[in-house]
Amino acid sequence: MKNNIINFFATIVLAILLSNFLPWWSVMTAALATSLFIPLKKTAVFFVPFLAILVFWGIYSFILSSGNDYTLAKRIAVLLPLGGNPYALMLVTGIVGGVAAGVTGIFGKQITLASKER
Amino acid sequence: MSFVFTIGIFFVLNTKLGAIPPIGKFLNPYSGIWQNETTESIEGIVSIPGLKDKVTVHYDEQLIPHVFAQNESDLYKAQGYLTAKHRLWQLEFQTFAAAGRLSEIIGEKALNYDRTERRRGMGYGADQAIAYMEKLDKETLSYIQDYADGVNAYIKQLKPEDYPVEYKLLDYQPEAWTPKKTALLLMYMTKMLAGYDDDLENTNALRLLGKENFDLLFPDYFDITDPVIPKETDWSFIDVPQTPLPNSQTVLDTITETISKPNPDNGSNNWAVSGDKSTTGNPILANDPHLGLNLPSIWFVMQLSTPNHNAFGATIPGALSVISGFNQYIAWGETNATRDLIDWYKIEFNEDRTKYKYDGQWKDVSIRVEDIKIRGKENYKDTVLYTHHGPVVYDKNFMSENKRSGYAMKWIGHEGGNNQKTFIKLNKAKNYDDYVKALKYWNAPAQNFVFASTEGDIALWIQGKFPNKWEGQGKFLMDGSNPENDWQSYIPQQFNAHTKNPERGFVSSANQHPVDENYPYYVFNDGYETYRNRVINDFFNSKEKFSVDDFKNLHNNNYNLKASEIVPYMLANMDASSLSEEEKVIYNEIKAWKFNNDIDEVGPSIFRQWYGKLYNLVWDEFDVEDTALDAPFTYQTIYLLKNHGNHELMDIVETKDKTETAKDLFLIAFKEAAARLEEIKKERGDYKWANYKATYAGHLLQALPAFSRFDIPIGGDRNIVNATSENHGPSWRMIVEMTSPPTAIGIYPGGQSGNPGSKYYDNFIDDWAAGKYHQLNFLQSNKANNSIIGTQTLTPKN
Repeated sequence: MKNNIINFFATIVLAILLSNFLPWWSVMTAALATSLFIPLKKTAVFFVPFLAILVFWGIYSFILSSGNDYTLAKRIAVLLPLGGNPYALMLVTGIVGGVAAGVTGIFGKQITLASKER
Repeated sequence: MSFVFTIGIFFVLNTKLGAIPPIGKFLNPYSGIWQNETTESIEGIVSIPGLKDKVTVHYDEQLIPHVFAQNESDLYKAQGYLTAKHRLWQLEFQTFAAAGRLSEIIGEKALNYDRTERRRGMGYGADQAIAYMEKLDKETLSYIQDYADGVNAYIKQLKPEDYPVEYKLLDYQPEAWTPKKTALLLMYMTKMLAGYDDDLENTNALRLLGKENFDLLFPDYFDITDPVIPKETDWSFIDVPQTPLPNSQTVLDTITETISKPNPDNGSNNWAVSGDKSTTGNPILANDPHLGLNLPSIWFVMQLSTPNHNAFGATIPGALSVISGFNQYIAWGETNATRDLIDWYKIEFNEDRTKYKYDGQWKDVSIRVEDIKIRGKENYKDTVLYTHHGPVVYDKNFMSENKRSGYAMKWIGHEGGNNQKTFIKLNKAKNYDDYVKALKYWNAPAQNFVFASTEGDIALWIQGKFPNKWEGQGKFLMDGSNPENDWQSYIPQQFNAHTKNPERGFVSSANQHPVDENYPYYVFNDGYETYRNRVINDFFNSKEKFSVDDFKNLHNNNYNLKASEIVPYMLANMDASSLSEEEKVIYNEIKAWKFNNDIDEVGPSIFRQWYGKLYNLVWDEFDVEDTALDAPFTYQTIYLLKNHGNHELMDIVETKDKTETAKDLFLIAFKEAAARLEEIKKERGDYKWANYKATYAGHLLQALPAFSRFDIPIGGDRNIVNATSENHGPSWRMIVEMTSPPTAIGIYPGGQSGNPGSKYYDNFIDDWAAGKYHQLNFLQSNKANNSIIGTQTLTPKN
């Protein structure tokens, strides 16, 4: 459980740091790094980085959008289509980042396992 | 396994798949669309390489930049920079569209469009304009380079997260701006306004109908004309005669299809009253160009000043200076002065298509290879053959099957020239003489330039480069091997029709016939407007003095003169005894209508349906398979219905055992219209005009709903002074009173920002629809007053 919490926050911190010099897939890099150094078990392998990035991207997009009356988010939520609901768009944004991070977490876990087997 | 999955996820989220943007790139909050959730920065200091001096930009609450530069070079750099800052995606996209480069952005589905634009010679025409300036006007070209430098200074500041949202959606990047792009933008305008013709369709019609019927259906002059230049104008000063009629035969080919054309409704209104006719004693001028209603809007309003001049008005992203506006001394505006400036020549090639027949000899063909980049595919190379007439648009490779012949296009847009100079000089003009000098550089698209000055003059020049055609030249396909069919010369510029301070005290234009039959040159066009001009001129003849409020009312005038000229006749001549109860309701509704296309009326919707069905029934002869045809224009259709109701063409071809007359058609059309109106009522609740018309401003990407505005409550229609139809109408409304300095109001259906995430993206639309205007704050010195909400300083980069 403790590892879950550490991994969760470490993934967010690392993702924020890496986002300064890497494109959007910095969240995948962050999830890979934390999965190697702060090992997780069972479903947490996916869900901890998933939730970490979901929260990070969700909150970050909320901050950017709320300062501008959600003007663009409402429009993009028509485009995608999410019924024009900006919060749905934030959730989708979080899920997209989360899935990318979660899948990378599984990949990291397999690297760890493979290196132990040798 | 999970590695493949991870790479797979990366690929899916990082790649544009069909119409779906690369979703990871698109949605992530630090470089995706969330970064576009911003309002414009309108304060602080920005350093721009190449500026000579400091430039101050005051923004008012409409986000109109008021630019104070110390010299012209800096002014156009600043204009380029600011236009890019607020409209970068549109600025670039329009020139891609002009150049036939959309396949680069959206892939193969744009290939046919791109080929059409290139075969039309859009790039060729832009090259001619640049070549002309390089040779004859380096000064204008240097300003165009300044503008380019300004645009590029902005692009260089951008990081990928700052790109406008459309780039993220379509997953591409802005490229450097060049002077050629300005030339392309001017070609885009030339195509929009002087790119329409029916010559090939007319050729088919002449072949199918015969000359007598053709002349009845498509007369050079209608029975009523109220021309731009007043009828009583004396033309005796013109001493160069019209080109004499040669012995030339029309080529009666069958043409199966023709290239896409601009919207024939592209037009405008402008007018001005003299001081004597104005309630305040100052001349007043108005302009409202009718174009497609798009977001971002085609217009971007700016004040552009140096210590030597101070201009204000609507600019077009990509072109320098103010296009429709005013300065401290004069005001000007444009409407389209359509004339047939596209002609088609049949070309006969030799065996290997390297030569074509001309004047009994073989002349060399030149070749322009159009290399079209296609996203995700190999380039498409289209070889276009050029003759001395112009590009062979139709040949065995494009819309034609004939191996040894083709149709070449002669177009004023290919002539090169220096249109930009006209606006640069108009911005600085101080009086009538300066205005006339500025116009001399204007080739195409021909415009009715309205003018008013603080000195008290009003004027209107129809300016363009017009071929001096022989009677009937270019109405139909011509034989390209006969030199007599070439454009022989141009009408000398000083003989272009114009009027200064006419006795009637006003000037006006609304795309109608430029002159009456007394003008000594052949003036033909495929369809002159015949309604708005009469409403406007009747209004100005209706009383002694006019105020700015009168001007506003006229802009927003919804009187449907067209309906008033046919509906009473149809009602009086239709046998209503067979109408059902439901049909009678509709019949009574239109009977009660006073011909105003206001939003709550049902009359306009009934008329639109009724006349639309009627028109299709009358001209069913024009629906011929594999034959390009355009039916006659509204005015002549109505004239024929009223005066030639028993003409053979009134008959419905399909009903073999019956011969219909106009009166029969009224009833059939009415019943069809009533059925459709009942359907609309079921679909939308009612068929009130606002609901029926459902005006919208569509985003430039095929009216992408997320970035468009729908159901805008505004009246009017085509052929009405308030010319707002579904997606077309007054794209800018301006009224200027010639006080010293002038006072002006203006509005357009959009907003100053091109960012759909900005509150300034579409904030003018509601006021525009309601017929309101915004005060244009004409700053007289570089001092922020209380209308200014932010000031930004552009400084030279050390």
